[in-house]
Amino acid sequence: MRQQLPLTIIFVIGVFMALQYFVPHQSSEFIYEYALDWVIIIGVFAMALGLWSLFLVHFAKIQKKSAGWGYSTIAILGLVYMLIAGALWGIEEGSPFMKIFWYIYTPIQATMFALLAFYIASAAYRAFRVRNILSTILLSAALLLMLRLIPIGPLSGPIQDIDRWILGVPNLAAKRAIIIGVGLGIVATAIKVVLGIERSYLGKD
Amino acid sequence: MAFYEKLMGLDRRWVYLSVGIAVLIPFFIPFDVPVYTTPEVKAVYDFVESLKEGEVLFLAIDYDPNAMAELHPTARVIMRQAFSQNVKLVISALSQNGPGMAEQLISEISKEFGKKSGIDYCYLGYKPYPGITILAMGQDFRIPFPSDYYGVPLDSMPMMRRIKNYDDVKAVIDVTGTNAIDFWLVNANARYKVKLAAAVTGVMAADYYPYLQSGQLFGLLSGLKGASEYEVLANQKGFAFSGMRIQTIAHIVVILFIVIGNIGFFISRTQRKK
Repeated sequence: MRQQLPLTIIFVIGVFMALQYFVPHQSSEFIYEYALDWVIIIGVFAMALGLWSLFLVHFAKIQKKSAGWGYSTIAILGLVYMLIAGALWGIEEGSPFMKIFWYIYTPIQATMFALLAFYIASAAYRAFRVRNILSTILLSAALLLMLRLIPIGPLSGPIQDIDRWILGVPNLAAKRAIIIGVGLGIVATAIKVVLGIERSYLGKD
Repeated sequence: MAFYEKLMGLDRRWVYLSVGIAVLIPFFIPFDVPVYTTPEVKAVYDFVESLKEGEVLFLAIDYDPNAMAELHPTARVIMRQAFSQNVKLVISALSQNGPGMAEQLISEISKEFGKKSGIDYCYLGYKPYPGITILAMGQDFRIPFPSDYYGVPLDSMPMMRRIKNYDDVKAVIDVTGTNAIDFWLVNANARYKVKLAAAVTGVMAADYYPYLQSGQLFGLLSGLKGASEYEVLANQKGFAFSGMRIQTIAHIVVILFIVIGNIGFFISRTQRKK
């Protein structure tokens, strides 16, 4: 029963949702909307569960004074502060909630992302070497795409055209193959789940 | 150590220092770099330009502070263009830190143009699970967003009385540094035939050219370059346009390092063969 019930639910809902897509009837749309509401409700519960789990993990770290417990304290203080600040003073521009967002969170994230420029420069210097035909093609494509951003007088026009060709033909062909492959994989996995062939989501007995 | 070996094995700190200087110098010494516009950017500009007073555009602001430098100028210039033409905006922010980005732009630009919430624009705010939210908005914006970001019910807004779902907006422009664009493509464009354009970070752009070619996206803005092109087209040269000089010099430095490394590699290979 522990296995049969979830398998039956998945089968019925899976088949219904697949068929529903092709039935433009009012009742079908109503049930679809109802299902969407349920997904949102379940999602909200999952978020609450996630918050509680985050709190417990960090609280346990602080209690045991395990490595990095100071960071856990900051994580919990940040969580509590943002909850209280948002609830008491709102989340409009200029509120304490937004001040923390703009003056602490945003610079931290921007800094982390900006550091990538340095790592990319170093990695490009070390990795882009003309070792064989394939690496030469890769290097040429990379250089042309970088040159797209640099104004080099009369050469800029032709380089833009070449870049558009690289992005629109070889890149597009490769990406499309990947996208179609991923799409087929998703469909195959979905069919396996609906038919009960793939059961790993049920966990171990 | 031979000269060519030095060329190949420069300490990474020299690379970091060079990039740092390359970024700082153009920051303090202003100069303009020419910006060439591409058809995929012009398509978005022309579309927004063609919108008539009172028509509705959906602007999805789905990026976090890490992509702010690249995408904030895009969102700003599109919002300014729309407001200057009295086009109404429905705005959402479906990435976790997107609401702050959107709120900052809305408060700044609505003041500049004297636009009012509920009359000229409606800021829906954030809901988790973008895929589900985008699907639900296809039925009715009120399903995921019964009230706006500020808690005002959508039904009480004069602007929203005649707007139910995607059928009532001319297009969606997703400014994103996340995979939200995938949800917009699958759940809004494919399912509800929404006219869709995207502004993505530079590294993401190559992934979305297939959708441009298939017509699922009618336009594509790529990173700071796309934003600068748009600023030039809209005659609103700002952060992206001035940022291009920094990006240009940084790219030149990266290319120089690649060339230096390859000169060293080439000479060392020739030496080995001898």
